[in-house]
Amino acid sequence: MRKNLEFLKKHKAFTVFALLAIALALVAIFAPYIAPYDPYEAILTDALQAPSSTHWFGTDKLGRDLFSRVIYGSRISLSSALILVACIFVVGSVLGILAGYFGGWVDAVIMRIADMMISFPGMVLAIAIAGILGASITNAVIAITAVSWTKYARLARSLVLKIKNCDYIAAARVTGSTTPHILYTYLFPNVMPTLMVTAFTDIGSMMLELAGLSFLGFGAQAPQAEWGLMLSEGRSYMQAAPWMMLYPGLAILVTVVIFNLLGDSLRDVLDPRDE
Amino acid sequence: MSKKQLGGRLLQIVIVLVGISFLTFALTYLAPGDPVRSMYAVNGTIPSEAVLEATREEMGLNDPLLVQYWNWLTGCLHGDFGTSYSLKTPVLTLLSSRLLPTLKLALLSLLMMLVIAVPLGMISAVYRGSVADYIIRGYTFLGVSMPNFWVGLLLAYYIGMKLGWLPVISIGTGIKPMILPALTLAFPMSAKYARQVRTAVLEELNQDYVSGARARGIKESRILWRHVFPNSLLPLITMLGLSLGSLLGGTAVVEVIFSYPGLGSLAVSAISSMDYPLIQGYVLWIALIYMVVNLVVDLSYNLVDPRMKKNTPSLNRGSKRNAPSGAVGAGQS
Repeated sequence: MRKNLEFLKKHKAFTVFALLAIALALVAIFAPYIAPYDPYEAILTDALQAPSSTHWFGTDKLGRDLFSRVIYGSRISLSSALILVACIFVVGSVLGILAGYFGGWVDAVIMRIADMMISFPGMVLAIAIAGILGASITNAVIAITAVSWTKYARLARSLVLKIKNCDYIAAARVTGSTTPHILYTYLFPNVMPTLMVTAFTDIGSMMLELAGLSFLGFGAQAPQAEWGLMLSEGRSYMQAAPWMMLYPGLAILVTVVIFNLLGDSLRDVLDPRDE
Repeated sequence: MSKKQLGGRLLQIVIVLVGISFLTFALTYLAPGDPVRSMYAVNGTIPSEAVLEATREEMGLNDPLLVQYWNWLTGCLHGDFGTSYSLKTPVLTLLSSRLLPTLKLALLSLLMMLVIAVPLGMISAVYRGSVADYIIRGYTFLGVSMPNFWVGLLLAYYIGMKLGWLPVISIGTGIKPMILPALTLAFPMSAKYARQVRTAVLEELNQDYVSGARARGIKESRILWRHVFPNSLLPLITMLGLSLGSLLGGTAVVEVIFSYPGLGSLAVSAISSMDYPLIQGYVLWIALIYMVVNLVVDLSYNLVDPRMKKNTPSLNRGSKRNAPSGAVGAGQS
């Protein structure tokens, strides 16, 4: 316990940003207790009201309370971004580790596909995939995973190649360890830290990509409370109700800033030589 | 780049084009939507199942995937990319009419970005640790954290609507309607580039020749302008190529915000109306342009950097040249 406290004291920046990120997660979890109104309850007589003491962020075209919608929006935006990063992380690192460890045709097939993906603007394909599969937040996650896993695959492969020929791997092989055992006990723990840091620093940008797809209409669907979608709804009411496009954007900005700072500080903690 | 390498690159382009187009083709084949039904729905009619089936047969949509793909591919090689379902116009005509506006937008935003990013990056490197450096680093941090569609909306609201300086709807000729969308695209890019320029200049300032020049009493401004800046800005060329490529594909969001008549907004409407030939043509075109631009950039690098000509592996430059590519990679959402 004391050791943990000392760690937190030593890395103040990391502690602060981690606490902020936890606070965001708490907002998402306890959204029903924080939000003053039901985010899906439409009261048409209250439509397009400016921010006031009863409706802090104003109301949207259907009279729904924007503050409640922004609070609830953190649920979809946070959870989908985290799931997306987890998907990319798992798919990319598993394929990368397999490619690096087995080499040969496994390596050739996986890495040629990765090359193909890299020599192409990812967002175009993501938009195409999300659109063709049908607009939903799940399909948006699938689409971005399909175009983004290559980064992790390359990284994992290069890390595996570095340690694959170390003596302890050879020793494990000689003493009769099975391949799954070697992969699980020796390779995984060795490549994880670097990959985890990369995943953490990517949360912010992945959130932006997801919100972008939702904004275009290929992600979350109405009446879901999702920040990108809310911005796209706000766009049509820019003149009459500018608050509709102000607060959801601000929510995205704050969240992305916190996660970007958290990622940067985590990298500083784990890799002090990189200034 | 030797002839052999060039041949390899061209071959790679062909392979990627075939792979990417097959992928989009297979996706549209497997997609749950029914293009024939939505095509009729656009015209406001709901035909009987028999008519739907006959139309599918006529359009070749009942053929096996590989047959359809082969027909489409041979058509493309003859310059026939099919006909758009929703607009009833050849895909080639549609794409080529939208290419120029998007290209203009991309180039203008690159220009704006350079005008913003290069001085900022230089100032923040040369006056490292000063107040200016901190302000600029704050700016770059904001740039990578702000959703670009939100930047677009804010610009449209404050500059377009409140101040009324520029049109919010980018239809019309001249440079004026392009300024806001270009600025929206330039802002996040300028943040990334300013960071890159700062790192490159700092790295260059640490080189031995700089200390040597200082020791010989050469004026600091001369060292900076004659040696440090040219050397550190050279790697930007590669990045610019990558950015141009991803801009061509990544302008969709901004084009939609400002109703700009470019490739991106065309693609978004094509996807919404399940216009498969148009989507396939769009993806193929973007892939081709993106890779050709990158090839041209790599070739131009041979001309600009004399060290590349001799075919000797340069120790320092080689690694540096590759470094920035990842930084601005595909993530131009």
